[in-house]
Amino acid sequence: MQALVHVTLKKTVLDPQGRAITAALNNLGHAGVAGVRQGKFFEIELADGVDPAAARDQVERIAREVLANPVIEEFTVDLQP
Amino acid sequence: MKFGVVIFPGSNCDHDALYALESNLGQEAVPIWHQSEDLQGCDAVVLPGGFSYGDYLRAGAIAHFSPVMKAVKRFADSDGLVIGICNGFQALTEAHLLPGALVRNANLHFVCKTVHLAAGTKDSPFTSHCPSTPLAIPVAHGEGRYHADAATLDELERADRIAFRYCDAEGKLTEAANPNGSARHIAGVLSEGRNVLGMMPHPERAADPVMGSTDGRCIFESMIGALSLAS
Repeated sequence: MQALVHVTLKKTVLDPQGRAITAALNNLGHAGVAGVRQGKFFEIELADGVDPAAARDQVERIAREVLANPVIEEFTVDLQP
Repeated sequence: MKFGVVIFPGSNCDHDALYALESNLGQEAVPIWHQSEDLQGCDAVVLPGGFSYGDYLRAGAIAHFSPVMKAVKRFADSDGLVIGICNGFQALTEAHLLPGALVRNANLHFVCKTVHLAAGTKDSPFTSHCPSTPLAIPVAHGEGRYHADAATLDELERADRIAFRYCDAEGKLTEAANPNGSARHIAGVLSEGRNVLGMMPHPERAADPVMGSTDGRCIFESMIGALSLAS
């Protein structure tokens, strides 16, 4: 089983990297791109036989305490079989 | 007084801090390796600048989980003086010893230049000896934009916990004087107990006349003064 964790800056936090990417895409002619926000993506391999509910709790704790800084970021956890 | 300067893998201002404290300020200063939980009986702890653990994950994030930070937290919780400079400030926010976070500079530049700072309060063991005129102290960072939610910023102002603000040479808080887009021009903040300071500028780089400014000395002199009173 695998846990996929996306970490993104909160909407209230300015993302200058995303803004620079947006400008670059517009300059390349992608006029339809109105905005980009950059984040982080983690693939966590879980040991065979772990209980899915327990794994979700554990990964959410890992995301909250380590992978994301709740002051500036939010996250989603997706468990894959 | 005895200062301990923590060395994480990737710290690169540790020797600057040791030099400033020993040679410029005449204090005892010892390095403390990140794997040690022994603060060697130091009177104050310095978390220096650099790129601890390569800034992996987030600047200062991995440093938070090192053995020495357990000891630093205990030291801070028992009213010990802790100053985090640049990457040290980032580590202190990640460790929740200070509120807020340091994020990518709004202009995306790595800013490396001398800036001016206005001491926001004299009421702290880090700023009591600072003059009311602006201090010329260098910054060198890519992720130094102070961010916190409005309620936290209001509380920091209400409780007089903003140690330093970026200003111009006359002390005015202009947009042009804010090198990274920090909220409310914040360059340094104090903990609730006022015994922990985090600041992005480098006072240890402004402690020797050969560096062009000695304006950083007053911060260390404030600490020495506070420790002398306490002992």
